[in-house]
Amino acid sequence: MKERLHSLQQEAEQKVAEAKNLADLQQVRVSYLGKKGPITEVLRGMGKLSKEERPVIGELANKVREAIATAIDEKKEAFEAAELDKKLQTEQIDVTLPGRPVQVGGPHLLTNIVTEIEDLFIGMGFEVREGPEVETDYYNFEALNLPKDHPARDMQDSFYITEELLLRTHTSPVQARTMNEFKGNKPVKMICPGKVYRRDTDDATHSHQFTQVEGLYVDKDVRMSDLKGVLNQFAKQFFGEEREIRLRPSFFPFTEPSVEMDISCKVCHGDGCSVCKKTGWIEILGGGMVHPDVLQMAGYDPKVYSGFAFGMGPERIAMLKYGIDDIRHFYTNDIRFLKQYDQA
Amino acid sequence: MLVSLNWLKKYVDLGDITPEALADKISKTGIEVESIMHIAEQSTNVVVGYVDSCEQHPNADKLNLCQVDVGNEQLQIICGAPNIAQGQKVAVAKPGAVLPGNFKIKKAKLRGVESQGMICSLQELGVEEAYVPKDIADGIFVFPNDVEVGADVASYLNLDDAILELGLTPNRSDALSMLGVAYEVAAILDEPVQLPDVTVPTIEEEVTKHISVSVEALEANPYYGAFLIKDIQVGPSPLWMRNYLMAAGIRPINNVVDITNYVLLEYGQPLHAFDFDKFNSNQVVVRQANEKETIVTLDDQTRNLKPEHLVITNGKEATALAGVMGGANSEVTESTTTVLLEAAYFDGKTVRIVAKDHQLRSESSTRFEKGVDPNRVEKAGLRACQLLAEYANGTVLSGIATFDQLDKSEKQVTITTSRINDRLGTTITDHDISIILERLGFTFEQSGETFVVNIPTRRQDISIFEDMLEEVARIYGYDNLPYTLPKGGQQAGRLSPVQKLKRQVKQYFEGAGLMEAITYSLTTKERAKLLVSPEIKEKAVTPVRLSMPMSEEHSTLRISILPEMLASLSYNVARKQQNLGYYEVGSVFVSEETEVTKQPDEKLRASGAITGKWVTHAWQQEVKEADFFLLKGIVEGLFERLELTATYKQAVIDDMHPGRTAQIIVNNVPVGFIGQVHPRLQKAFDLKDTYVFDLDLDYLFAIHSDEPSFTKIPRYPTVSRDIALVVSEQVAAGAVEETIKAEAGELLHDVHVFDLYQGENLPEGKKSLAFNLLYSNPDRTLTDEEVEASYQAILAAVKSNHDAELRG
Ligand SMILES: [Zn+2]
Repeated sequence: MKERLHSLQQEAEQKVAEAKNLADLQQVRVSYLGKKGPITEVLRGMGKLSKEERPVIGELANKVREAIATAIDEKKEAFEAAELDKKLQTEQIDVTLPGRPVQVGGPHLLTNIVTEIEDLFIGMGFEVREGPEVETDYYNFEALNLPKDHPARDMQDSFYITEELLLRTHTSPVQARTMNEFKGNKPVKMICPGKVYRRDTDDATHSHQFTQVEGLYVDKDVRMSDLKGVLNQFAKQFFGEEREIRLRPSFFPFTEPSVEMDISCKVCHGDGCSVCKKTGWIEILGGGMVHPDVLQMAGYDPKVYSGFAFGMGPERIAMLKYGIDDIRHFYTNDIRFLKQYDQA
Repeated sequence: MLVSLNWLKKYVDLGDITPEALADKISKTGIEVESIMHIAEQSTNVVVGYVDSCEQHPNADKLNLCQVDVGNEQLQIICGAPNIAQGQKVAVAKPGAVLPGNFKIKKAKLRGVESQGMICSLQELGVEEAYVPKDIADGIFVFPNDVEVGADVASYLNLDDAILELGLTPNRSDALSMLGVAYEVAAILDEPVQLPDVTVPTIEEEVTKHISVSVEALEANPYYGAFLIKDIQVGPSPLWMRNYLMAAGIRPINNVVDITNYVLLEYGQPLHAFDFDKFNSNQVVVRQANEKETIVTLDDQTRNLKPEHLVITNGKEATALAGVMGGANSEVTESTTTVLLEAAYFDGKTVRIVAKDHQLRSESSTRFEKGVDPNRVEKAGLRACQLLAEYANGTVLSGIATFDQLDKSEKQVTITTSRINDRLGTTITDHDISIILERLGFTFEQSGETFVVNIPTRRQDISIFEDMLEEVARIYGYDNLPYTLPKGGQQAGRLSPVQKLKRQVKQYFEGAGLMEAITYSLTTKERAKLLVSPEIKEKAVTPVRLSMPMSEEHSTLRISILPEMLASLSYNVARKQQNLGYYEVGSVFVSEETEVTKQPDEKLRASGAITGKWVTHAWQQEVKEADFFLLKGIVEGLFERLELTATYKQAVIDDMHPGRTAQIIVNNVPVGFIGQVHPRLQKAFDLKDTYVFDLDLDYLFAIHSDEPSFTKIPRYPTVSRDIALVVSEQVAAGAVEETIKAEAGELLHDVHVFDLYQGENLPEGKKSLAFNLLYSNPDRTLTDEEVEASYQAILAAVKSNHDAELRG
């Protein structure tokens, strides 16, 4: 019987090797491993064997059965792999065709600039505060040392609604409001971004509506050198480590001394070129030490407290940074303009 | 203020500093130099020529053929100027000369005759048309006789000058004079100021014999000085004076007028010259104008006066608008022989009113408005007398007829070195400060570190410690201040919860495919009424209007962001950009008053609009038009982000499609709307189908909980059941969904519509709505019985509430 089993194995393996497809293999499986197959037959005939022979033959029969089954399975996997290969060949696509577009929006350029400024000052310990766009004459002017007949009110002709109400001409009223709220007894360290309005005819460099970010720091012992240090840190982070700043005297009714800050020209690094009108410097923002009258009016004792304030225009900064030639681009919402700067 | 450096050199030694370097120093120390003009840096080879002869061109009526002696040679030049004549000394551009604008002069033939160069006008030499004296505006420039033939014209015509244009801030009115600029530059360069030597030759005859002065408006006119100069010969002023005036942007007229203008520029003190013979009186009376009084001013305009206007009179009628413009009745002309010269201090506010009411801003009014130096008024008068004597043959009467109640005293400001250092963050010494004060030309008393500084009256801008702090700091140099960081405790900066939410909402919209727009808050009266959310419309009776808009286009404050957003869509569509999706987060201005008296309520809204194709994908034929459900999906996503539940109620809202608009409700509070813009309005904006939404962010932020609540992730499997219901077409899916939610019991954790069907196999007027129901129990596995019970309860409820049948 041993011989019989060995030859059955050989026969079966021969047939597996000859099988040309899955059907042939199935045929082999049925004829050798099926219930009516020769191995089953061998096992049935085991009754005639001696007690000693029975387990030996049984074991052998199982080994042969397993060997045949393994041979069939291996061959089957090979057939299936070949078949899959063939099928995948027919499924080829043109990977160079475009993908399905995902509709993606993005922030407005001004939002990007303002957000970046906010985050830099938050990093320096400033909080962000906002206030109304329709302001009282008191907070927009008087609390900032601009009494009713002050000639400097000429500088910022405004949109009045009534004699006492107007569209704010700067975001400084938020500073006055905050100081009032703090009642003159705790430090103020804030920036206030927002929309402001001035009586200008819209053209390439003027807009009746624009954006401002102003900052205020009031505490005991605030020095002008602190203003210089903070603005320098901001300028280097915002515009680049290699940029230098310089302060020039200026005039604002709510600060004394007042300054304007220039940064060194990116193009010529201070040598002078057409971008900086041959000066080597580009004006970025205005600021100064908070005027004692402003502190006084907001309830801060100017003998104890001092502070600095500054303000900048995100439109101007964006125009300088990207070489934008017309301020009106910020408000037409031309999709071709917005898409150039919509990386958040 | 235009500053001629050649002129400035009369008062300060500028050394050999270049105009550019000086400008840089001035800018860094206090006054911004806006530009540097080199009057005629490009003219070369232009010399003084003597016109030997001048005859008509043989072939042209309007041209002259001149023989001109230019020193070393004789040139034949053809000239078309009407004022050319034999015997004149003129500016000749020789062949090879280059004039401003890179205009090269060559020999040329004009109508058959050779011309060897050009006789120049001032304009051709680079002087601006507006500053050229009127009598030679159409002709060539003629030199006075004392110039040397053959010499370069540059120095005679001041063409070698550089002009600095100063951008003066309102506080620095002291620099509205050459002397003021001289003090500034002297402080910067650490040089002394040389004041003009004013010695006036006078005759014994006294002014007061001929004229008296009285002032009825003390506050408006605390000082009035009248000088008398006789034997005047009106004629051209000296060439150097004309040059300086032109450099400063003032057109020369005649010696009398030029001298008053010259002194105005030199001292910053406006003067006025009356023709005394026409003044018709022996008294000057300064008073407020009478009701209905009129004056004819130098420009021949009749001006109606008001009591706020200050006038100079001869006791009977007005002869000048104080500080602004003289009257025609006493104008100085060619035939004037006696001049009544006024040097006065007029109050800034008074002059401002007159100048504004009559729209007469001038060099004079500007200076009065900003405040002139009380100690220079009389000096300026004397200086003019000196010049009139020297350059207009004047004989000056002695004395001055005055009214004088002017405070000319100097203020004192006390500073200490330690306080200066505390405020600046510097380590300046007492000695440094004394040097700085000396450079500024300020006198002071020092004791130790304390300085009592006498502020010169020319510096009206300095009155408190901080003003002196600025003076010290700017002369010390802002560049020399150290960089420090604040000493105060470093608290952490932050955004407020609302600011954080605002950023999140914006990021959500951008992720959902919308581009951020920023539109104007000011719109037209008509647009302001459009697309207003019902809960806003209820309150904002009238949109807030500006009292004096510049244009109707920006006259009214928005109560909805959407109208200007549609305008932006329209702008893009007109530029062939048809597929658009925008959002904006911003304030609208709600006033419940019809006549605004208090600040409007500023409400934070989020609005959005889509139009055109949302997805275009040609090769796969996938084109998705923007539609209601697309936009609703975006809005629903926002509510999901904010963890809020909104319901949508079919609504009719002005300017919106009546069948495709929903009001949005959260917690029974209306918070906005969504829908298609009414086709009529779409057409008005030239838009195809456009869908919009508008949401009340104030309210949504207020009820949004800061802390996201944690719901356990279900551990037991969810059971999904579908239910298809046949209902009348009128029944809203949302209503059926509400019923399902209400009746399903607490095991139902989600329900949503997954199919809508109308048509074949359904009765007329019916539709089928298929819902997917998801059941779960966090604590155990659900049983079939539980789910079935809920399912049956739902069926019963939708049957009774909506007459819904299970679809067979
Ligand atoms: Zn440059």
